Amino acid sequence: MTSEFILGHLNYWLFIVLMMIGFYIVVARGNYIKKIVGLNVFQVSVFMFYISIGKVEGGTAPIFPLDMNIDPDVVYSNPLPHVLILTAIVVGIATTSLGLALIVRIREEFGTIEEDEILEIESKLQAKENSAEGPSMGGRA
Amino acid sequence: MRHHLLLRVITKLLVGPIILFALYVQFHGDYSPGGGFQAGVIFAVAFILFGIVFGLTKVKQVFPPWIVHKLAALGVLIYAGTGIYSLMLGSTFLNYGAFTPAHPEHGQHWGILIVELGVGITVAAVMVAIYYAFAARPPVINDEEW
Amino acid sequence: MAGSTILPTLGIIDQLPLLTIAVPLVAGPLCVLFGNKHIAWVLAFVASLISFLFSAHMLLQVLDGDVLSYHLGGWAPPLGIEYRVDAANAFVLFLISGISTVILPYARKSVEHEIKKVSHTLFYCCYLLCFTGLLGVVVTGDAFNVFVFLEISSLSTYVLIAMGAERDRRALTSAYDYLILGTIGATFFVIGIGFLYIATGTLNMADLAVRLAGMEGNRTVQAGFAFIVVGMGLKAAIYPLHLWLPSAYTYASSVVTVFLAATATKAAIYVLLRFMFSVFQPEFVFETHILTFIIMPLAILAMFAASLIAAFQTDLKRLLAYSSVAQVGYMILGIGLATKISLSATIIHLFNHGITKAVLFMVVGAFVMQKGSSFAKNLNGLGKQMPWTCAAFVIGGLSLIGVPGTAGFISKWLLIDAALEEDLWWLALLIVMSSLLAVVYVWKIVEVLYMKQPEEGSVIGEVSISMLIPMWILTIACIYFGLNTELTLTSANVAADGLLGGGAQ
Repeated sequence: MTSEFILGHLNYWLFIVLMMIGFYIVVARGNYIKKIVGLNVFQVSVFMFYISIGKVEGGTAPIFPLDMNIDPDVVYSNPLPHVLILTAIVVGIATTSLGLALIVRIREEFGTIEEDEILEIESKLQAKENSAEGPSMGGRA
Repeated sequence: MRHHLLLRVITKLLVGPIILFALYVQFHGDYSPGGGFQAGVIFAVAFILFGIVFGLTKVKQVFPPWIVHKLAALGVLIYAGTGIYSLMLGSTFLNYGAFTPAHPEHGQHWGILIVELGVGITVAAVMVAIYYAFAARPPVINDEEW
Repeated sequence: MAGSTILPTLGIIDQLPLLTIAVPLVAGPLCVLFGNKHIAWVLAFVASLISFLFSAHMLLQVLDGDVLSYHLGGWAPPLGIEYRVDAANAFVLFLISGISTVILPYARKSVEHEIKKVSHTLFYCCYLLCFTGLLGVVVTGDAFNVFVFLEISSLSTYVLIAMGAERDRRALTSAYDYLILGTIGATFFVIGIGFLYIATGTLNMADLAVRLAGMEGNRTVQAGFAFIVVGMGLKAAIYPLHLWLPSAYTYASSVVTVFLAATATKAAIYVLLRFMFSVFQPEFVFETHILTFIIMPLAILAMFAASLIAAFQTDLKRLLAYSSVAQVGYMILGIGLATKISLSATIIHLFNHGITKAVLFMVVGAFVMQKGSSFAKNLNGLGKQMPWTCAAFVIGGLSLIGVPGTAGFISKWLLIDAALEEDLWWLALLIVMSSLLAVVYVWKIVEVLYMKQPEEGSVIGEVSISMLIPMWILTIACIYFGLNTELTLTSANVAADGLLGGGAQ
């Protein structure tokens, strides 16, 4: 564990920390909107990871000059990860808005967006079904 | 909204330049940073701002929801249609060079402009559609939840 | 640059890999543009039929071991995106487009019954997008493109599941659960791809395979492999990662369940196969360890635990959903054994289980249509009132168990064959024993349908002919592929060869 190991991989450390924070929010928070926020943090950490690996030390923006006189000494950053992440960001927006739309509908139908309250309503529904149709195993799992 | 004179005036002043800037980002995207995604969002922002200040009914008169939905589909079709057109010219999907075989660079220029236009239309329409979808459903908030 | 001055002229045959997905992709927005539910249905059916014909043609083209390669935008791989079709993905494409074509005529009545009128056009649009996504996941040869198509199919799947809220509001929460888990899975997959990209600098699967050779000690590659397996495992519902599946299948509307059960997990299993055997070489020590010590035990666990839970269900849809988890176990077992025969078994089971589950869920959809319920208690004595539907259930059930003469038998036989070839007789025994569990839950339903007396004064008729015909086309397919295994076996063998022989070269 040299300092070079820690500082040299700074982007990876940040990626891991951010990813775990997001993941923890998704798992530990009961509020559906907070879960979506956690999911966003989780995804953003991956975007950051991709963008940081595209950086070439001393590299400039990968745009060729208009007259196409390319100086062989100029180092360019790698644009591919950035392009990939542009796609992933759009996917992330779609996921977020769809998740929020689902939450709006859940709120309309269940009257709450707290996971424990919804689970309670669902287990009541399940119990009603069980008494009407015979016992079954599994429930929501 | 009767009272917020400043907001109303500034919004009216801003909406035009925002749309103009969106079009600049859209069509200048092949020379400078920009393109369909960014332009689409900026374009949508103009309508969302208008909607926030003047209310949903007003903005829906300007940009009716059914047109928004059709535009979202139309943008995808423009994109895919460009690809299909290059197929019909006997080249691979989205190979813009095929549009002007004598001078492929011209074809590429046209191709990316049209495709980005499709992206821009879809993104703008989808963003506005998302705003409509959420704003049109006022939540029932109990007194104690404030 | 993309366009050199001389452009080769391509005929329609060369365009097939692309057209298979481009046709439904165009049809989807067209549905919205026309905004009419009848036109939307026609568009969906025609697009799906065209895709089916194209993929059947491609399957015939690649059966002798050929590989079709399509360069998007004229950019040659590995730089550009490549669509690469060999026997493995042509076979899966054939399954997905075939199932979709058969269930759309069935969908018409069922959707009218279960989904409110305003959403019909959007339903078919989402359906087509989901269909496009699944085909795209399978056809593409670019690792990141897999993610993009995966998300197209997943996002539309969430919407399709949530549309089941008309019948039961729990569809919303199950769609939400699936959204959270599915997004985590897809994001894991992207992280895995990122690690592979760091290590190799390429995203093209064939190129990845070449560059990964000899990198087995590389930690980055190993971590990437783990992320990809877990991410795709979530989508494929490998046993402990299956939690989203039962609720999603139970509360989605019938057509959606039929479509998802027959195709969605199959596409994910295909991606797993592709990454485990053609991108990563099976000779990688860490991979062999994962296969033997993680994948195989999980597969066996799935076969037993999920079948056992299925046997205790009262809702037919949930029962069949758990049975799906168990059947995924068989496919994963084939992957875990990692021999040529076992891979053939996985691929052939993927196909046979696809059609079998489609039949069974279609029957349940017919029950929901006529009886308004999918609970066993309400289905007493339906065997007399809906003879054709119930007969289809029996044949589908037999195929699920793996009775000789049905499609399910062929795949289980191959799997047992693969186990015996490795001298794992206990494994063969376990496969037979878990099949007995399938007998339990299938018999339970057959008993309800045929042995119990119908309720007094209930007049339930057969479903309409437009639902019966698709159901019976697949039922006959269950028997046909159990008797005539030429197409399935050849495809599976060529596919396994292609996967193991390094789809790389």
